[in-house]
Amino acid sequence: MYREFETVIGLEVHCQLATQTKIFCGCPSKMSDGRSVAHIEVNSNTCPICAGHPGTLPVMNEKVVQYAVMAGLATHCQIRPESILARKNYFYPDLPKGYQISQYEQPICESGWLDIRTSQGEKRIRIHRIHMEEDAGKSIHRSGFSVVNLNRAGVPLIEIVSEPDIRSPEEAGAYLRSLHGLVTHLGICDGNMEEGNFRCDVNISVRTLDEAKAGRFGTRAEIKNVNSFRFVEKAIEYEIHRQVGLIRSGGKVVQETRSYDSAKNVTLSLRTKEEAQDYRYFPDPDLIPIQLNSQWIEQIRSALPELPEQLKNRLMSDWGLSLYDADAIISSKALFQFFEKVMQQSGLQITGAGPGESGREFAKPVANWLTGEVSRLLNEEGIEIDQSNLTPEHLADLVTLIQKQILSSTGAKQVLSIIWKTGEQVETVVEREGLKQVSEAGALSELISKTLAAFPNQVSEYRAGKEKLLGFFVGKVMKESGGKANPALLNELFKKALSEENS
Amino acid sequence: MANLMSSPRFWSIHDLHQAFEKKSLSPVELTQECLKEAKKSQLGAFITLCEKKALKQAQAAQSRLSKDGRVPREEMPLFGIPIGIKDLLTTDGVRTTCASKMLENYVPPYTATAVQRLEAAGAVIVGKTNLDEFGMGSSNENSAFGPVSHPTHPGWVAGGSSGGSAAAVRAGLCTLALGTDTGGSIRLPASYCGVVGIKPTYGRISRYGLVAYASSLDQIGPFAQRVEDAAIAIDVMSGRDPLDSTSSNRPKTHCASSVFNFANSTGSTASDWSKVRIGIPKEYFVGGLAPDVEKAIQGAIAWFTKKGAKIVSVSLPHTQYAVSVYYVVAVSEASSNLARFDGVRFGARPMEAEQASDLTAYYKSTRSLFGAEVKRRIILGTFALSSGYQDAFYKRARQVRRKVKEDFDQAFQKVDLIISPVSPSTAFKMGEKKNDPLKMYLNDVYTIPANLSGLPAMSLPCGKDHEGLPIGMHLIAAPFQEEFLLSVARAFQVEMT
Repeated sequence: MYREFETVIGLEVHCQLATQTKIFCGCPSKMSDGRSVAHIEVNSNTCPICAGHPGTLPVMNEKVVQYAVMAGLATHCQIRPESILARKNYFYPDLPKGYQISQYEQPICESGWLDIRTSQGEKRIRIHRIHMEEDAGKSIHRSGFSVVNLNRAGVPLIEIVSEPDIRSPEEAGAYLRSLHGLVTHLGICDGNMEEGNFRCDVNISVRTLDEAKAGRFGTRAEIKNVNSFRFVEKAIEYEIHRQVGLIRSGGKVVQETRSYDSAKNVTLSLRTKEEAQDYRYFPDPDLIPIQLNSQWIEQIRSALPELPEQLKNRLMSDWGLSLYDADAIISSKALFQFFEKVMQQSGLQITGAGPGESGREFAKPVANWLTGEVSRLLNEEGIEIDQSNLTPEHLADLVTLIQKQILSSTGAKQVLSIIWKTGEQVETVVEREGLKQVSEAGALSELISKTLAAFPNQVSEYRAGKEKLLGFFVGKVMKESGGKANPALLNELFKKALSEENS
Repeated sequence: MANLMSSPRFWSIHDLHQAFEKKSLSPVELTQECLKEAKKSQLGAFITLCEKKALKQAQAAQSRLSKDGRVPREEMPLFGIPIGIKDLLTTDGVRTTCASKMLENYVPPYTATAVQRLEAAGAVIVGKTNLDEFGMGSSNENSAFGPVSHPTHPGWVAGGSSGGSAAAVRAGLCTLALGTDTGGSIRLPASYCGVVGIKPTYGRISRYGLVAYASSLDQIGPFAQRVEDAAIAIDVMSGRDPLDSTSSNRPKTHCASSVFNFANSTGSTASDWSKVRIGIPKEYFVGGLAPDVEKAIQGAIAWFTKKGAKIVSVSLPHTQYAVSVYYVVAVSEASSNLARFDGVRFGARPMEAEQASDLTAYYKSTRSLFGAEVKRRIILGTFALSSGYQDAFYKRARQVRRKVKEDFDQAFQKVDLIISPVSPSTAFKMGEKKNDPLKMYLNDVYTIPANLSGLPAMSLPCGKDHEGLPIGMHLIAAPFQEEFLLSVARAFQVEMT
C-alpha cells in the first residue's frame, strides 16, 4: 500500500453463542427449528428478566461459561479461575436495563493467540481477551422515530479482542476466517454472518515507520459492525487511504466511531470520541463471581472436538493433501464434513501406518473438485455446501468415474452443473446425456485407422520429425467422436500407431 | 403477654388459628375487619387495597376450613392471616407503584418469590403499603402518594422507608406486613411505631421481585406485633431461590419452633442465659443519643444482665465511616438499578416517541418523574461511579465496607449478640428534617452497619419517651443466627412489654 506508513489493526469479534437459552434467563436463544430469534414475531421472545422489568434478577447460564472456556482453550488462552461479571452502564432504548451485563476487569480468558497464513507466510496474532456478555435488542430506525425488538436481548455473546498485531487487509481476512472456522468447528457459534451471529469491529490506525520504531501508535478509528470478511477487507483498504490522505494533507486523524457503507465502499463517521461514553463499569452485585476449578477446565479441554489446525494436519498426513487444499477444506465445518463423507463413500481406508496409495489418489481429485468447481458454484449462489443439491455420494461417484476413465474432466464438469440444479444421480445423468468417455482401445482403433488413412501427408510429416502433429490427429478424432474419446488414450494409441512401420 | 387489644386485628397468629377452629371467628370476617379499618384509616399506610383479591383468598381459606374442620398449620402456617406488602415488591396483576409517579399504573407480570411463598402458606394480601419512593428515605415523607403518619401520634412521621407497613401493623390494619431494609428501612419505622421489625441475614430471603434499590444491601423482612409471628413469616419466606443467585443455599430457617427457647423461665426448654454473651459497642454510646432512648436501652441491658447474660464491651472502630460508605455504595448501585425506568417498555410515558425532538428530550420527559430524593441519589451514585472518581469513591467505599464487616466478625468471636439503639431519637414531626438531607441520613447511623455486613438484625420495642413515642432496641446477631436472635428477643418481649 503506502510504503512509508504502517497500518495497525485490532479486531473485536462478537460471536453469538449457540446455547439453548439466553445468558441470564430461560428464553430460547434460538428457535427449535433452527431459525434465528430475529425472524420470529417481534417482541414474542422475551420474559420479565430479559425485558428488564423491575425486581427481576439475572441467573448465569452455565453453558455460556463452558462455551467461553472452549473458545479460550482453543486459542491457547489463560482461563481465569475466578472471573466476575460487570455492568456496563449506558442509556439506549434497545438496552432494557439501562446497562449491559458484560465483563470488565476480570474476563474469563486472556492472553491467547491464533496462527494465520497469508501470501506473506505464517503469522501469530495475539488475542488480548475473551469475555462473556449479553446482546442488546435490535433498533430499527424509521422516519422520525425508531422501534425496538427485544427478541435478541439477552442472547449470549463472547467478545474476542485481538491485540493490534494485524498489519493488512489480507491478514485481517485471514484472522477472521480462521476464527470463524474455529468457533464453528467447536460448535459454539453458528457463524452465520448475515444473521449477525459473527460481527466484527475494526480498530485501525496508521503510523510512519519512525513512529513504529519508537513504539508510538497513531490515532485510531473504530469501524463498527462489519458483517462479512470481504467488507472488512474493503473497509480497511478504504480507511487506510482515508487516514493516509488526511495525514498527508496536513490533517489529523480523529478518534471516532465509523460505519462501513458497502454500497458506496466508504466508511462514515458515526460519533466522535469526545462524546464518548463513560460506562461506569462496576461488578454486578446480583451475580456471584464465576469460580472454575482446574478439574472442570481439564474436562472441557479433553472434550474439545478436533481443532481446525489438527484437522488440517490430519488431512495432510493421512490423505496427502497439500497445505493449500487442506486449508481451504477446513475453512468451513460443512465443507470438511462433506470431504470426510466423500472419503467414507469411497470405501478407501487409511490402512496401517499410512494411507493406502489409492486413498491418497482419490483424496487429491476430491479436494480439487471441492476447492475448485464446487467452491465456485457455492460462492456464486452465496450458500453453504449443505444447502446445495450436491451430496457426498455425487462427488464420490464423479471422481470414481473419472478415475476409471469413464468420464473426462470436461464431461464431469457438465454432469456437475446438471446435478447442481437437479440433484439427480450421477449414473442417470451420464447415461441420459451420453457422456460416457470412449476409453477402450478397441473402440478407438477404427477411428484411429480412419484418421491416419485420411491424412497421409500429415502422417509422413510426423514420421519425418514434426511431432506436434500428434495434437492434430488427436483433435480430429475428438471432433469425430463428439468429445467422447479419451484424449490421453488417443495420444498413446496414435503414438503407437505412427511409430509402426506399416500403417 | 397481656392482650390489651380486644379486636382480632391485634391477635397473634396462634390465637387467630384457634379462633378459626373454634369458629368464633372466620377468615372472611377477619379480612373484612382489616379492610374496613384500612379504608377508614387516615394514616396513609396503604397505596392500594386489594379488596376483591383479599376476600377471594379469605373465602378460599374459609372453604378449606369448612371442609377439613381444622387449620392446616404445618402446610399453611399463615392460613387466613391478613398481610400488607410493601409496594416495592411485585404482585402479578396488582398495581406496584414503588410510591413513584414513574410506576403510577404499573402492573407487574409476575409476583415476587417472597410474596408467592406467603400466599402459598395461606396469607391473605390486604394491600400494598406506602413507602418512601423506591425505598429511599427514613421518614416516609418521600412518597408520591402522600406521607405516612405515625399510628399513635398524628403529625409525626412513621419512619421510613417501610413506614406504611410499620404503621399498618401497629394500627391493626393487618396482622403482619412485609418491609424491606437497605440501611434501616424496616428497623427504623419499627422502632418509631413500636412494633417488631426484622431484617434477616443478607441472602436469607430471595430478592426476586424486590424492585432493586441497592442490590448488595436490600433484604425483605417482616413487621409484627409479636416476635413469634414474625418468626413464622421468616420461616415461610426463607430458603434458596434459583431465580436469585445471591440467595443462600442454607436450608430454610426454623425460627417458629425455636423462638420459645429462652422464654420458658420455668425451664422445660431453657436455653442457658449464662452462656449468652452480649456486646455493647463502645462507639455507639457517645453524644447525640436522646436521653430517653439511652435510658430505655440501658434498662434493657440491665434486664439481660439480671437474666444472667454476660455483658461485654466491644469495639467497632469503623463505625464512624459506616454512613459515608453506605451513601456511596447504596447510591452507586441505585443509580444503575434505576436506569431501567425510561418509559420504553413499561411505566409512565408522558411523551410519545413521535412527539420528542430527540432521544434526550424523550428521556427527560420520563426521568423527570422521579421525586427529589431519588434524583439526588441517582446523581450522587452516577458521580461516585464515574471515570476519574470511581477509585476515590465507589472502590474506596467498598474497601472500607469490608473493614466495617471485619469489625463485626471480630466482635462475634467474643459475643453472641450486640445491643444498641435503633435510632438516636424517637419519631420526629413531619417536615422537621425534610430540608436537610444530611440530617435525615444520620437517622441511620446505628442500623446501617448491619446492612453493610449482611447481618441479621431487628428492632424490638423496649419503652416509650416522655411524649409516649415508642423506642426500639436494636439487636444484631452473627450471620444466619435468626433462630437465636428471635428466641432472645421473644424472651424480652414476653416479660418486658
